[in-house]
Formats: sequence, C-alpha cells, structure tokens
Amino acid sequence: MTDPSIWGIMAQKGYSRRDFLQFCTYAAALSGLQSNAVAEVAQQFTTKPRPPVVWLHFQECTCCSESFIRASHPIVADVLLDTLSLDYTETLQAAAGHQAEACLHETMRDHHGDYILLVEGSVPMSADGVYCTIGGRSAEDILKEAAEGAAAIVAWGSCASNGCIQAARPNPTNATPIHKILNRPVINVPGCPPIADVMTGVVTHLLVYGRAPELDSRGRPRSFYGRRVHDTCYRRPYYDAGLFVASWDDENARRGYCLYKMGCRGPVTYNACGVTKWNEGTSFPIQSGHGCIGCSEAGFWDNGPFYQHLAAFPGFGIEATADKVGTVATVATAGALGAHAVWTNVRKHKAIKATIDESVNVTSDS
Amino acid sequence: MSITLTSPSYKRIYVWEIPVRLFHWLNAASLIVLMATGYLIGHPATLSHSAEAYQQYWFGNVRFIHFVAGYVFMLNLLIRFYWGLVGNRYARLRTFFPKTKAEIRELWEVLRVDIFEFDRTAHPTVGHNQLASLSYLILFVFSVFQIATGFGLYAAMSDGWVASLFGWVVPVLGGDGATRVWHHGAMWFFVLFTLVHIYIVAYHDYVEGRGTTSSMVGGWKFEREDVLDRKD
Repeated sequence: MTDPSIWGIMAQKGYSRRDFLQFCTYAAALSGLQSNAVAEVAQQFTTKPRPPVVWLHFQECTCCSESFIRASHPIVADVLLDTLSLDYTETLQAAAGHQAEACLHETMRDHHGDYILLVEGSVPMSADGVYCTIGGRSAEDILKEAAEGAAAIVAWGSCASNGCIQAARPNPTNATPIHKILNRPVINVPGCPPIADVMTGVVTHLLVYGRAPELDSRGRPRSFYGRRVHDTCYRRPYYDAGLFVASWDDENARRGYCLYKMGCRGPVTYNACGVTKWNEGTSFPIQSGHGCIGCSEAGFWDNGPFYQHLAAFPGFGIEATADKVGTVATVATAGALGAHAVWTNVRKHKAIKATIDESVNVTSDS
Repeated sequence: MSITLTSPSYKRIYVWEIPVRLFHWLNAASLIVLMATGYLIGHPATLSHSAEAYQQYWFGNVRFIHFVAGYVFMLNLLIRFYWGLVGNRYARLRTFFPKTKAEIRELWEVLRVDIFEFDRTAHPTVGHNQLASLSYLILFVFSVFQIATGFGLYAAMSDGWVASLFGWVVPVLGGDGATRVWHHGAMWFFVLFTLVHIYIVAYHDYVEGRGTTSSMVGGWKFEREDVLDRKD
C-alpha cells in the first residue's frame, strides 16, 4: 500500500480543490518560486506520496516548534502537522515512551532513504553526551542513526545550526551544531526561532523538488538568508541619512529613526524578517521599536550586550569595548612617549650637544 | 675633555625612491581618512533634524568615502609589495624580516640605545633600522588583516569582484558581527602605530640630525663618511 498524497489526505479531510490550489500557490510563494511553478507544486502534491518526516528534539527550548505551528496560512500548518503528519516528534505526537520509540524506528526502517529529518536543538558532545539523552541513548547516537537513512536533513533554528545559547561561552556541555557532527550536507535554518513561513518554505521546497533549495556557504537557503535584515529594513533610509535614535525615550525614537546606535544587529544579520515578518506578516522587532539582536547569526549570544553598538572586548568585562581599551592604550602610549622625550634629553644630552657642536659656523662673508 | 675641532663630513644617500615615498604619503592619507570615517561609522553623531530622510545622505557619504579609501589603501599596499621585489636595497621586502645574526643583534642594539636608552650614544642606520623594519612588518600584517576583514564585510553590500574575494573571511571569524568587532578593534593598532611612528621619527632627527623626517619627502639621508667606511 502506498501512502496517499498530500492532496489525497486533504480531500479526505474535506478541503476543496480550490483550497488546495490556494495552498499550493501560497506554498510556492513561500518557497520563493515563480508563479509558473504553482502548477508543478500542485502536481507534486497530488501525485507524490506524502514523505515521512522525523523531527528530533535535543538541546532546545521548543521555540522552533512553537514558531512552526504558527505558520501564516492555516492550511500550511494543517498540512504539515496533520496531513504531512510528523511520524515522530516528542513534543506534538500522541505516543509516548516505548510506543514513540517504536514509531521512530518503524519510520526509519520502512522509509529508509526516503524520510526527511528535521532536527531542533544542538547536541552536547562532552562527557559522552550525558547532558541530553532520550530513552537512555545520547543525542549524538540518535542523530547519527536517524541521519543515516534520511533523504534530507534540516537543522531547525540557531541551536541545530550554530549552537545558539547553550553554545555560548563557556559552553559547558560542548553544545555542537549538527552540521559539525554529520558528515553530509545539512540545510541550516537559523533563527531563535526561525520564521514560521521560512520553515514551511524550506519544507515545501523539499517536498516539491525532492532536493535542497540553493544554499549559501553556511548551508542556509539563499532565498531567505541572502540579504541582511538591514538591507530590507524599512528604516534603512534613516541610516543612510544619518538619522539615529540615541536613547530609547528620545524624540528620534518616537520618529522611528534608525536603531543602529542602540545596538541593532540588522547590519550584521542575515534573515528575512524585514520581508516575511512574523505572526502572519504583522511586524518584526525593528518595526516594534526594538533593535535586531541578530538571533540567526552564529555566536550572537557572545556578541553582546544587545543594546550597544560595539560588542564587549573579550577579557575586559562587558563594560569594556574595543574603543575603551584603545583609548586607554592611546593615552598610556602618549604618556610613555612624553616620558621618553624627557628621558632622551637627560640620557642623550651629551650626544645631542656633540652633534650641535659639530655644526659648522657659517659666517656671513665667507 | 676632548673637543672635536673638525666636523665630520657627511655623504648624501638616496634612500627612499619615489614609489616608496608616494606609498608612504598615500598610505598615511588613506589611513587618516579610514580612521576618521571608520570611527564615525562606529560612532555616528546623532543629528536631531526635522528634515526628511531624503534631504540628507551624510552617513551614506561617510561610508562611501571609507570604501573608496579602502580601495586606495589596498591598491597602494599591493604596489608597495611589488616595489619590494624590484626596488632598491632599502625598499626590498626582505629588509622587513630580521633573519641574520647581525640583524637580530641590531634589533637588540636599537632597543638598548634608542628605546630604553641604556646607552648614552646615538646609533644611526642608513635605511630602516631593524626595530623599525619589524614595526612595519607588523603594520603590513595589520593592514592585510584590515583589508581582509573590511572587504569581507563590504562583500555583503558590493557586487564587485574585489570584495567577493574576501567573502570567506566572515564565516572564519564567526559572522559579520564578530568580523566588525575585529575590524573595529584592529583600527586602534593604527592609532598607536601612528603616534609611536611620528614620535620616533622626531626622536631620530632630534638626536642624530641626519634628515630622517625630510628623507620621506626628498628621499635623501645623510651618513658620516667614517661610519660608511666602517660598514662597507
């Protein structure tokens, strides 16, 4: 018995063909496809059996799952959660304990080479992985086993993509992003959490084309992570004009000027927040008057404080920026040079005097 | 007490060729522009203006000047590296690396005589002294680092192939944010270097009286004949 297609399951559930095509259009748009690709999406969703999906949870806070179930289009969530049916996800599945483990192994066995593996959370590598175990097995073990038969692997969120908060200094559990553990390509979808529509966009692309979307050098889908938040920010004109907010309660903040001086990480963060926005396109941090904290960038937690343009200088406490250290060094150097100048006149007095004495006296008539 | 009655005779030596002098001043000018605009980019002034954004573009202009000066800085350095292969003995790249025993001895000698002043005499050299050479080697290393991090950051906003050559630098340093901190922090090296460099040039001119400062304009330095005889 082959599994029904996505359309087959939707039809069972009572969705009309119109609803389905609407969903296909939406899914195509989310994946960054052109409008003429809608037919292909509909074709794939009608004929292809739904791919099994395994969603693993390791060191994470479940914000990725929370984000995902709030995808803009209700059918998107419905399809991906009910219809697409996650075969294994600890947070959302009904089964628990041995039942859940059996379900996971059944999927991995029956669909070996076919299932999509979604991983939420980083993997602790120190102390043989005791910091995260499920059913008595370490996260590393589970991940490697599940990755072996996966058709595609997606790292959900900053934890799985770059370690996020638990990998922040001093990283006691040696939390490690999964692409550093697995010896095969991983689609990184960073963000804390990633934007729901970006997540569904990536999954849709995998379903429709059966392969990963175009990725950048850090394994992120180019269509969502190709530009900086800064480049698509509606406050960008204020940046170029040099109109900045200087404190949270000033007139410039009220006017909605650029939050660059308030530590906004938009210029150094690659994400689609300015375009896709959050919660059905309602808003994104900068639109709400708060700077970007760069949550989709590697090591963002260590590049704080968030409300300061320049990060703390390592080794000198969070108050010390490179500029404070540099200013002290400059003043100290200037002082040392002044002292050297005085000392030169003491130590080299004879040598200088001898040089002056060497000077030839030129008389006016000679 | 012996008094020298005859003043020693000096020989004029053409030390710095035109490309070296041009490099020096273009480098100095671009560095000053880069430091000033770079500092402004890190700490923009807050203008409270009722003007609409379209009426001004000063921050965009500051960034533009920084990028242009970055290109000048890089090309200038490349030309200097080339001249380090074909220029005279004082311009050669190998003079920047202390290798031989004599060169390393001179390094200590300069520290002893000119920096810590344990010695009361003066200690002139014709070209760069070994300690100066070492400081320029460090300057070159920092320059290359600034070029790599600067163009690495610029790659995100530039279609040019030059910037894209340095795109790999950003992930190595841990993202744009970390790269920006490195780029900004390394700027302070140039501030310290400039201070020390100007002071030391003045020091040599003051103690030795051989035209050290003006040599970077005209190219000429002066050396006592007896010292030259001893060296050759």
